Amino acid sequence: MNRLETAFASKPIFMPYFPLGYPNLETSVDVIEALAQNGADLIEIGLSFSDPLADGPVIQHATQMALEKGITVKKSLAALKELRTRGVEIPLILMGYYNPILAYGLKEFIRAASDSGADGFIIPDLPLEEAAEFTALAGDLPLIQMLAPTTPDERMETIARRAQGFIYLVSVTGVTGERAALSAGLGELIARVRQHTAAPVCVGFGIGTPQQAQQVGALADGVIVGSACVKAIGASKNPVQTARQFAAEFHQALQKT
Amino acid sequence: MPTLLPPKFGPYGGQFVPETLMPALIELERQFVSARSDPAFHAEFDNLMATYVGRPTPLTYAKRLSEKLGGAQIYLKREDLAHTGAHKINNALGQALLVKRMGKKRIVAETGAGQHGVASATAAALLGLECVVYMGAVDIARQETNVFRMKLLGAEVRPVESGTKTLKDAINEAIRDWVSNVRGTHYLLGSALGPHPYPTIVREFQSIIGREARQQMLMDVGRLPDAVIACVGGGSNAIGVFSGFIADSGVELIGVEAGGSGIASGRHAARFGDSAKARIGVIHGTRTYVLQDEDGQIAETHSISAGLDYAAVGPEHALLRDMERAFYTSATDAEALAAFQTLCHTEGIIPALESSHAIAEAIKRAPAMRPNQIILVNLSGRGDKDLNTVMQESGI
Repeated sequence: MNRLETAFASKPIFMPYFPLGYPNLETSVDVIEALAQNGADLIEIGLSFSDPLADGPVIQHATQMALEKGITVKKSLAALKELRTRGVEIPLILMGYYNPILAYGLKEFIRAASDSGADGFIIPDLPLEEAAEFTALAGDLPLIQMLAPTTPDERMETIARRAQGFIYLVSVTGVTGERAALSAGLGELIARVRQHTAAPVCVGFGIGTPQQAQQVGALADGVIVGSACVKAIGASKNPVQTARQFAAEFHQALQKT
Repeated sequence: MPTLLPPKFGPYGGQFVPETLMPALIELERQFVSARSDPAFHAEFDNLMATYVGRPTPLTYAKRLSEKLGGAQIYLKREDLAHTGAHKINNALGQALLVKRMGKKRIVAETGAGQHGVASATAAALLGLECVVYMGAVDIARQETNVFRMKLLGAEVRPVESGTKTLKDAINEAIRDWVSNVRGTHYLLGSALGPHPYPTIVREFQSIIGREARQQMLMDVGRLPDAVIACVGGGSNAIGVFSGFIADSGVELIGVEAGGSGIASGRHAARFGDSAKARIGVIHGTRTYVLQDEDGQIAETHSISAGLDYAAVGPEHALLRDMERAFYTSATDAEALAAFQTLCHTEGIIPALESSHAIAEAIKRAPAMRPNQIILVNLSGRGDKDLNTVMQESGI
């Protein structure tokens, strides 16, 4: 079993997102390590981009700060390697927009990511129509496919059929960020996806509290928490301590009874 | 999944957007294809162009400018005389008619100089649509009369404080709004940019410029021009006028980018002019030439004209350049300002600072050409919106 399959052996999984370089590079590596040691089953490692058009204000702000502090793709990949050296064994998925990856060079990026211990990629501005070049080069490393509430059935089937690793189901029509309440049709949406694939379905966008995570975890195979995680840790005087608590709380909320 | 129309221009273009938007792009393409073959849609568009926009816009012989330069004869395609004062209205009305067809009630738009925002607000008022315009805070400061016009027309203008606070960031915010409200909202993109089918749709609605200009040249002057010059931000006025002449291999097509403080200064928006900083990349849904740093972060750009102040160029221009069918050069802020004043003095026409970049190139070229040669300049907009900038910059 590879790292991803191992992670999904016990579901639902908790999948926080955190961008490398925020509030600075060293702290972000410590934060990700702390998340991994305290209950995260998989971590989405954010690569920063100047124009993150799928992101709400929290992640925009964090990645902008990371860029101002000098984060680059190269430094991010080195930090990923450092996390593996420190003994982080859970799957780490790189999440970033396409342009910095293109600028690095697709082949070079995929090779370096693989060497650094990445388990896959999420590229929000690379839909099915544009993904062929990347997936051909990525080989065994999965490009996680995203589905949205707006995706019609026929298209959902086409995308789900190609699912590698897991499906990233966007729960709301919108950008990243916490919402007061979960989307009403979420159960139905997840059921629609499951008609087309046996791959694990992880739900992200809009989930901010352990209670919401618990509700989503009852329906899905994984719960993705981005903005709430970045916000809590970013606002903390002791980011590593907050990361430990944050991961522990969400992990606890997702424990099967 | 296969598109109905070609999604790319050679290696450029495409659909690099989040999945949430893909169904909206597919639906937009479907509606566009069906409208394009619907005589009733054409009739409605043509009628609005004639009775509302005031088309055809005239072709003006710039006699005193031509005499002053002592070379080629210069003709101006007067998009500045279109309703709302620029070519942007052609595309705004065309897309607004598509919005009606799709049954959507709300449009969002981005704007740099404010011309596309004004055109969108106008189309929304005319067709009874709700309109929100995103505009960078920096651009709001330098184009305040257009902000007031948009508000008068009933649009809501939302200042964008993120990033560089210019056109690029306004597009980010417009896309974020669109992602959030996509079921009832259309993104009325104003340039020949963005994901497929936008570059094709915008070219289609702006191609009226080129069709008219070609016919006017033949009717009024009796021949085609030797060169056609247009400014290129995203490139909608340029693609509009070029499209009329692409098949005429004897007509040279020249696009003029914003040279800002000069290419060497690094403060510019010349995507084709700065081979060190401009590489093929992906921004706002399309693959094209993008000014960026080594890490792939989108570069800050500069131009005296807000409408040209953008880090990427429309994908079809990238292909026309590769094919050597069109040539691209740049004019600096200073050259554009000088051209602005020259046109005011010689022709009694106050051009937009964007269009002044095209005039600047005509001023450079004409003296080296023969008097029996012709340059056609697409005068894409009028300069009333730029009076504050020009007063500050030139100390009039």
